[in-house]
Amino acid sequence: MSFLSHVVAFFTTGSNWTGSSGIVALSLEQAKLSVVAVVAAIIAGVGAGALLGHSGRGSFAVVNAANAARAVPSFALLTLIAIQPAIVRLQEGGFLTAVITMFALAVPPILTNAYVGVRDIDPAVRSAALAMGMTPGQLLRQVELPLALPLVMAGIRTAAVEVVATATLAAYVGVSDLGTYIFTGLATRNNVETFSGALVVAVLALAVDLVLAAAARGLTPVGLRSPSRSWRRGTVSLATIRPRRTT
Amino acid sequence: MLPLVGSAGPLFQWSWISSQSGTILSLLVQHIELTAIAVGIGLAISLPLGVAAWRLPALRTPLVGFTGLLYVIPSVALMALLAPLTGFFSVTTAEVALVSYTLLILLRNTVAGLSSVPADAHEAARGMGYTQLEELFKVQLPLALPSVLAGLRVATVTTIGLVNVTAFIGQGGLGQLIIQGFGEDFNTPIVVGLVLSVVLAGVADAILVGVEHLVLPWRRAGAGARR
Repeated sequence: MSFLSHVVAFFTTGSNWTGSSGIVALSLEQAKLSVVAVVAAIIAGVGAGALLGHSGRGSFAVVNAANAARAVPSFALLTLIAIQPAIVRLQEGGFLTAVITMFALAVPPILTNAYVGVRDIDPAVRSAALAMGMTPGQLLRQVELPLALPLVMAGIRTAAVEVVATATLAAYVGVSDLGTYIFTGLATRNNVETFSGALVVAVLALAVDLVLAAAARGLTPVGLRSPSRSWRRGTVSLATIRPRRTT
Repeated sequence: MLPLVGSAGPLFQWSWISSQSGTILSLLVQHIELTAIAVGIGLAISLPLGVAAWRLPALRTPLVGFTGLLYVIPSVALMALLAPLTGFFSVTTAEVALVSYTLLILLRNTVAGLSSVPADAHEAARGMGYTQLEELFKVQLPLALPSVLAGLRVATVTTIGLVNVTAFIGQGGLGQLIIQGFGEDFNTPIVVGLVLSVVLAGVADAILVGVEHLVLPWRRAGAGARR
């Protein structure tokens, strides 16, 4: 049998899909890890970023720290956290290690984008909102956050791509998710398993990216949409916010 | 920092570092080589593709879409997907994956740079009797350079981080130290790998900023004038 027919056989064998080490269970584990980390990062990152952009205080230090944090390779962070005795005592199977690492990676792009999004709002819009009698809280919730939403969503998308990648690496420190196929396959030289696992991971990563792109469009205020220039958005964010990946 | 000191050993065990300095140095050199080759090939592919995508809008969406698709795939998975074609533990697999991740950044920035060339410059070049090729090399590409160099900085720093992951297929430069530290339950190699890769990224970025200053003298002058 050729390599590809082995791969087809991998996916058409029912027992590879079911059970605690089947494709379904491992995909769910990867999704669970990613959702926990991203949701926590959204709460922390959008909250802190929006407040900084709103008040402008201390922003220089925080944004620079966030950028510096992004130079840390997630692979190093993941393994370093994994071997700390305090962490080892608290967990079974690497879940906590993975969540901490993914959270640390996801916060900086979300925070930076939320900060820039709120900071760069036209001051006239702010003045108008205040002149209408809005409280600072209302200004933030009803004006600043909706206007910053396209950038915030771009940040979440960048973070999610990183997180799914790191979730795959998490199998190396003992999490049972889709990365398990890749690492087990590499260790046992089972190339079919490695390739098949990678295929599922790639599909999952692309699906996450597409869903978030659609969500970003849906959530963008109508007045800010510009469908014909969608390919440029990435360019703008590359120049200013610098998406990065480390895994 | 007490909780960090336990069975995993000290974060910096200087005796280990000095005894392993030869290995560390050669891994650092390997790390730089893997990065330089990937970014070099990425640039060599992206510049002509970027010019093509800029000139032919019909090519732009598929090219940006395809490179974007590559960018989204996690690196471990991408290497595993390439492996049946390029070998499971080969440098080629590592380099193809690393190059793939540079393409999106470099291509987008090349197209953006070329698109931002002012119409006046185009008119002036035509008025001076430049041929299309002359205009491309003497006017448009030089004016696109700030954007290309900005992309090069991001691509370089990104690649330095990603090289670590290629340790899983037997390459990896400093990533080898990370695998070793994890395998031995020993902090120092991981911290050395982490710190050196961050420092390397910082140094590479600083060098590219220097290059920017050297090759874009008009920008420096402009910045001065504005102040």
